[in-house]
Amino acid sequence: MSPLSRRKLITGGVVAAAGLGGAAAATRLAERYGLIPPDSGVVWGAGETLTYAAQRLLTTHAPARQFPRSMISKTPFMNEVAPPNAMYKTLQAEGWPLQVDGMVAHPGPFSLADLHRLPIHNQITEVACEEGWSYVAEWIGTPLYEVLNVAGLLPQARYIVYYSTDKNVWDSIDMADALHPQTLVTMGMNDGDLPLGFGGPVRLRVPRQLGYKSVKYLTRLTATDDLKKFGKGLGSSSPEFGYAWYAGI
Amino acid sequence: MSPGSSQDQPEAPRHSAVLRITHWITVVAFLALLVSGCEIVVSHPRFYWGEVGNDWTRAAFTLHIPASRDMVPTGYGYTLQDQNGWSRYLHFEAAWLAVITGAIYGIWGLWTGHFRRNLLPEKGTRSFGAVWREFTKPFRRGARGDAGSYNVLQRTTYLFVVFVVFPMMIWTGLAMSPAFTAAVPESVILLGGRQTARTLHFLLTIFLVLFLVVHVTMVATSGFRSRMRAMILGRASKRRKNALEESPAIAARDITREVRGPVVSPMAEEKLS
Repeated sequence: MSPLSRRKLITGGVVAAAGLGGAAAATRLAERYGLIPPDSGVVWGAGETLTYAAQRLLTTHAPARQFPRSMISKTPFMNEVAPPNAMYKTLQAEGWPLQVDGMVAHPGPFSLADLHRLPIHNQITEVACEEGWSYVAEWIGTPLYEVLNVAGLLPQARYIVYYSTDKNVWDSIDMADALHPQTLVTMGMNDGDLPLGFGGPVRLRVPRQLGYKSVKYLTRLTATDDLKKFGKGLGSSSPEFGYAWYAGI
Repeated sequence: MSPGSSQDQPEAPRHSAVLRITHWITVVAFLALLVSGCEIVVSHPRFYWGEVGNDWTRAAFTLHIPASRDMVPTGYGYTLQDQNGWSRYLHFEAAWLAVITGAIYGIWGLWTGHFRRNLLPEKGTRSFGAVWREFTKPFRRGARGDAGSYNVLQRTTYLFVVFVVFPMMIWTGLAMSPAFTAAVPESVILLGGRQTARTLHFLLTIFLVLFLVVHVTMVATSGFRSRMRAMILGRASKRRKNALEESPAIAARDITREVRGPVVSPMAEEKLS
């Protein structure tokens, strides 16, 4: 028994040391290449980190699926929305000045008219809710990178934080999604203006993530290199409610 | 007691350590996936075929349970608590655990010939007649279990679960990921749409739950303690081994032994290493 257990002990020790060393090295590499999500420290952080890292290695430039016009849902489902609050009404009266600040050379507001003067794209993509339901719609707007280009995004920015008129709702995406051509500052839907129920007048569409990342009533974009400074430091209000920051699954 | 049996010699393990460890990790991961999966379904207990589906489209079928969202028409006048946050976190964490464990098991099984030796139906049993005989065995008088190893029914079922159901589960799960399907659109197109993937994911779960029920029932009826010991410690008790060496057939028939202590099962240990 004893030689066997000694051999086992040595082998086990070597394997454990290699495992720990490997894990430490992997963590350093992952941090360097931005593969660790801001909510990696929550109870379920290990799974989230694996998912986010795997997706970032696999899908950085991949385009979300687009659909033919015939597949646009005749009954796009709309979650119940609260009646417009005071902030919404003020912004609407002022032509909806979307504030852009943080790590940009030229911070300042973009009115709806300013946004309409930027290149307009359209995409027919699916909104999929974490609950399980989904619909396909055409979304019309200007890519987020166009707005960031005009604002002069600084190279050290790593995330774009974005806010809604609802004070409890704010979110953020990394540069892979922020600079992705399908991430759209959306002002139109199915050939019309974006209706209130779907986030009008301005909503951020992030088609490679679940619906809750596509925040309605967009009021402000902040470029940053550190999400720790925002809220509880988990990257968005979602983890504060128990939901994952990264919703690409 | 047969002359060859020695108290000092270590017994041949019935299940190897890799198999036992991966089995129990899979149990933990599966139960976590099942509980969190049920929670996720509660937020939208409607299922659809095709690409899209929501409260305002026709459902393929609906579970008659209350939902955790008041927008879902369930017929109930109340909603359950929203538990989707931690359920989704847990679901994906457990999915990683299951996939990594499954990969280790799969590589080990191919490497050691476990699948070929213990799961591929043996020559002479690869016919519908053999499957039928095995299936009806419990209902026929005088027919007793093989003393050798897994029978053709068990082998076919395990192979189906390991190589068809679990991979399909992973596939249909990934087909619901908006980022994964961006990178690999075929993953969802081949299935016929996101909602079809979700519905199949649910139906596969039902199949796995049925498998679990039958699996646990069989373990319980064929000697719960010895089977559990074999899957935990890797070997049966001394007494069991000795009894097996005396006469597997007699021992297998001696059901009363189960009450008194370690049980003799019709399944031989050595072949299932």
